[in-house]
Amino acid sequence: MVRRVVITGLGLVSPLGNGVEISWKRLLEGKSGAGPITAFDTTDYACTVACEVPSVDGRGGGGPDIEGSFDPSLVLSNKERRKVDDFILYAIAAADEALKDANWHPETEEDQERTGTMIGSGIGGLGIIASTALELHEKGPKRISPFFIPSSLINLASGQVSIRHGLKGPNHSVVTACATGAHAIGDAARLIIYGDADVMVAGGAESAIVPVGIAGFIACRALCTSFNDAPEKASRPYDKDRDGFVMGEGAGIVVLEEYEHAKARGAKIYAEILGYGLTGDAYHITAPSETGDGGYRAMVMAAKNGNIDPTTIDYVNSHGTSTMADGIELKAIEKFLGARAATGTVSSTKSAIGHLLGGAGAVEAIFCALAIRDQIAPPTINLDNPDVDTPIDLVPNKAKPMKIKTVLSNSFGFGGTNAALIMGAVEG
Amino acid sequence: MSEVLERVRKIVIDHLDADPDKVTEKASFIDDLEADSLDIVELVMAFEEEFDIEIPDDSAEHILTVGDAVSYIDGKLKS
Repeated sequence: MVRRVVITGLGLVSPLGNGVEISWKRLLEGKSGAGPITAFDTTDYACTVACEVPSVDGRGGGGPDIEGSFDPSLVLSNKERRKVDDFILYAIAAADEALKDANWHPETEEDQERTGTMIGSGIGGLGIIASTALELHEKGPKRISPFFIPSSLINLASGQVSIRHGLKGPNHSVVTACATGAHAIGDAARLIIYGDADVMVAGGAESAIVPVGIAGFIACRALCTSFNDAPEKASRPYDKDRDGFVMGEGAGIVVLEEYEHAKARGAKIYAEILGYGLTGDAYHITAPSETGDGGYRAMVMAAKNGNIDPTTIDYVNSHGTSTMADGIELKAIEKFLGARAATGTVSSTKSAIGHLLGGAGAVEAIFCALAIRDQIAPPTINLDNPDVDTPIDLVPNKAKPMKIKTVLSNSFGFGGTNAALIMGAVEG
Repeated sequence: MSEVLERVRKIVIDHLDADPDKVTEKASFIDDLEADSLDIVELVMAFEEEFDIEIPDDSAEHILTVGDAVSYIDGKLKS
């Protein structure tokens, strides 16, 4: 019998706040997580907006008395904090929340060996890599911190979480740019299906709101540059005034669990991972193929291996980055949904949280799980004047209560990498 | 308390997030102050910077306690 995989825990550090419930509440209220960049001086940068995680130190509009602000000292001691880049810090915080939510704290040798980690990142410790390079230049090789390498390596998010919680199963990681989070969840589900683990802590994390990250994405003409005076309006998928994505940061982590394992211990089940598809464009390093063929084939593959009729998909959380590629993806979704397109529902939550790059797919899978739980589709905010011609409801500006049983989440990355995840409600 | 000891203690407390009461001359970095081998590499770098000295790896290997660090640094500063 084929093993089934369900989601039993959620954890989130997002630009809308620290934690799943506050982020979800603000998302449904149509709030934006964007603001002027506070992490560094943006003089001379063409883009000065981002979706930063609100923190107690004032970063991203947070503060000690502001609800939902992220407090690193509750996650790691000062000593440990110096040994990790922020993407790892966010991953640890989100994994703590997800494991607590799942009520899964493996203590026996067997439980520990049957629980693994699969947390990825698009870029990893970019900020620390950049600052260490400057130090090398200024002070020479003897002054490089012994923690430089382990603080910036992408798979150290998985490594740190595995050490912290005693998880001795597969300790793996994914790096597929903006598709990382979705690939991590899909691949982790496969490890459970194949029998290598019963539980996997999976997802993605990113912290690229640093000078070289923003400058780099500006240079490849990917970031929004015309809303520096109105940051909350900057991320506007499908809108005619969109002109690039808004960088986000944070982490999304889920606990994936073999269905019988979850049932036996009476775990709360959010949704089942029903299908997973992954393809390559073989077209361009940063642009999607003009026909959206790669994304379309990923969706078809996910439906096929989950034995799902595309016309039964109630809600799609699109990749929708607020770039010209939005329209290409939408056409591919229409083609995939077939007869259902006329009554389809698609939204881009990047409108509110920006683009978390390697974290995006995991954060959006979490929103999909919550959409199933609460029977509501989150909105595409800032969608004032759609410039896409489609019968699909893009859920402009206001969340849409509706019947949601089956959902699709798309994630596409630089290098022409595509991932599609189909999730569904579990009866009873 | 010597000036060197005070400065060494401050670095150790900062870097290891250690309880100041535990940072005595006899305290072992690994056994008493929960440091690992990489923490010690970082500590030695901090001593080098603070006292503007060089501590070669083969000497660093013998710096296991707060007191070891103080006497090594004292020796270096006097030479």
